[in-house]
Amino acid sequence: MNILEINNLHASVEGKEILRGVSLTVPEGEVHALMGPNGAGKSTLSAVLTGRPGYTVTEGSVLYRGQDLLALKPEERSWAGLFLSFQYPIEIPGVSISAFMKAAVDARRKAAGKATLSAAEYLRLLNEKMAFVGMKPEFAKREVNVGFSGGEKKRCEIFQMAMLDPALSILDETDSGLDVDALKTVADGVNALRGPQKSALVITHYKRLLEMVVPDRVHVLKAGSIVAEGGFELVEQIENEGYDSIR
Amino acid sequence: MDEQQLLKDIASREYGEGFETNIRQEFIPKGLSESTIRLISSKKGEPQWLLDFRLDAFRKWQRMTPPRWGHLSRLPEIDFQDIIYYAAPVRDEDRPTEIDPELEKTFDKLGIPLREREALAGVKPKSSVAVDAVFDSVSVSTTFRQHLAEKGIIFCSFGEAVQNYPDLVRKYLATVVPSGDNFYAALNSAVFSDGSFCYIPKGVKCPMDLSSYFRINAAGTGQFERTLIVADEGSSLSYMEGCTAPMRDTNQLHAAVVEIIVEKDADVRYSTVQNWYPGDKEGRGGILNLVTKRGLCKEGAHLSWTQVETGSAITWKYPSTILQGDNSTSEFYSVALTNNWQQADTGTKMIHVGRNTRSRIVSKGISAGHSDNSYRGLVRVMPGAENARNYSECDSLLLGSNCGAHTFPVIRSQNATAQVEHEATTSKISEDQLFYCNQRGISPEEATALIVGGYAKEVLSRLPMEFAVEAKKLLSVNLEGAIG
Repeated sequence: MNILEINNLHASVEGKEILRGVSLTVPEGEVHALMGPNGAGKSTLSAVLTGRPGYTVTEGSVLYRGQDLLALKPEERSWAGLFLSFQYPIEIPGVSISAFMKAAVDARRKAAGKATLSAAEYLRLLNEKMAFVGMKPEFAKREVNVGFSGGEKKRCEIFQMAMLDPALSILDETDSGLDVDALKTVADGVNALRGPQKSALVITHYKRLLEMVVPDRVHVLKAGSIVAEGGFELVEQIENEGYDSIR
Repeated sequence: MDEQQLLKDIASREYGEGFETNIRQEFIPKGLSESTIRLISSKKGEPQWLLDFRLDAFRKWQRMTPPRWGHLSRLPEIDFQDIIYYAAPVRDEDRPTEIDPELEKTFDKLGIPLREREALAGVKPKSSVAVDAVFDSVSVSTTFRQHLAEKGIIFCSFGEAVQNYPDLVRKYLATVVPSGDNFYAALNSAVFSDGSFCYIPKGVKCPMDLSSYFRINAAGTGQFERTLIVADEGSSLSYMEGCTAPMRDTNQLHAAVVEIIVEKDADVRYSTVQNWYPGDKEGRGGILNLVTKRGLCKEGAHLSWTQVETGSAITWKYPSTILQGDNSTSEFYSVALTNNWQQADTGTKMIHVGRNTRSRIVSKGISAGHSDNSYRGLVRVMPGAENARNYSECDSLLLGSNCGAHTFPVIRSQNATAQVEHEATTSKISEDQLFYCNQRGISPEEATALIVGGYAKEVLSRLPMEFAVEAKKLLSVNLEGAIG
């Protein structure tokens, strides 16, 4: 069973075609890496997969567990188990991380027809996942992404990923600009969430994250389409010879 | 179920308090004249001085014209002869002291327990709040009076205060809002039918929150209540005010006056959650909320206003403070939400008279639909107000592109040692914020409520706890359909 099946996907932003026939398959339980130079369309792909407004799909299809993903609203995709770790997490002033995640966890449980968690149950989950990403429980009282350092923002994304326990996580350059400790948190987070029913698409420029989260397969995106697929040797090749070596 | 009922039900989903109570009520004839005023006064068995006060106010009112400076294009011409000025539930003559079970049910439905034992034993957090419940023109019940009386605290309806504590009423009535203060205050002074009275003696800290709950029920009536609060030297009090009304296609007038006297070193917190019927989606009906609220701070006194305004078709109110005594302080924290065709023109006046007086204004406007939301404020520093300080912050949040947000801040300083600061921002909920929430599984409606709640947090956190929960709920209910 494939968790994700992208077929000949074309998408444009403000009339400009960015994705020009992307085809990519992630079988359930695998972690794949998506690499590519700046402007290749990596972030556009993650935006289209999660249903961000402003992106128009002009051709092709995306199946998520065999279901038409593009027909779902962004929140429905989330309920179905899709998670995006944002490259640039958004600030929500006045809303604590704790309240934000409570709303997210409740919404997901409601969508699944489950009762919402009691305050005590929720707090237990929150503290457990906070500890998992190496954050102090007090951090949950901070306003979402307001005044966070770059590392804190990314750590918080991984915390949210752990809270929501997604079936498919897309990490959009979550490793950019991170120090070694934060990078390790991200890697540990992804690795801990690996399992027969857990999949991930790790979008990155760098080898250093992929050394810690060894992908099952690597895809290279250039100018809006996949130009190469393979194993870890592709990562080595890009690191040593650059994207120009891949055609 | 017929279609009309169905439509009514759909519309009422958004305003949960829009039901009507079927109860035997007495009305006086429609219209306003000297004889109307004499009739109201005689119904209440008032002393001559109060009748004279009313008639004097009426004469002043007759010479006045309705103010038109508010940014309220939808405020209609009000036909003051087409209003019933007094409507009261008829008491069962066999059991004159008992509360009508229908009334009890009504207030119960609104979450306002009129029975003390249940209120005390209840699991609801409202348990620690004493309430004066006003139904149309009269107060129907005031709870915990005995309990409060043990501390010397007087908490009763305005009408009872006139009968039992005439000297106190006479001493303080209209000392902060004179009868000729403005058009609607003059009208209220002439025709007010009831309201709440509260007196906290010297040095007493009120052991529980006190509250007034105003309910308009009868059609064709106006509600004109008067609240008089006196906090004597060194005392402290937290007072809350709530209100609701049935859904009707026609406007109903609510013109209240609230006066608060904060004596030397006393401390009063006055919180309002205003949830009058706002009218329907097409802008039909709704309460016209034209209210005068003002407090007077003596030396070292402190008065804090917190208001959450979500209801009414038209809101015109400016809870204000006269900082008369040296070292007195006041705050005004406001969240005003307008949706559909609602219009609010609200803010405050801080009048610095004494030395070292301090005031702080935090106003958060939220506009959605076709509504208009204005902040109007005056910070006035009188010549003798050495070292007066004011800080004002006015933020506006726009949801959608058909609504308006406006600010009309006025600063008049006549003392060179004063420091007055004003900050203002206007923002929109960004698509990025909404998408971030959506990606986490939070629907656009919930996300909007969450973001707006965050925006209003600084004000909501000032409310007593049980009130804050209700206010948050109201904000999200009133936002329904605001985006999409």
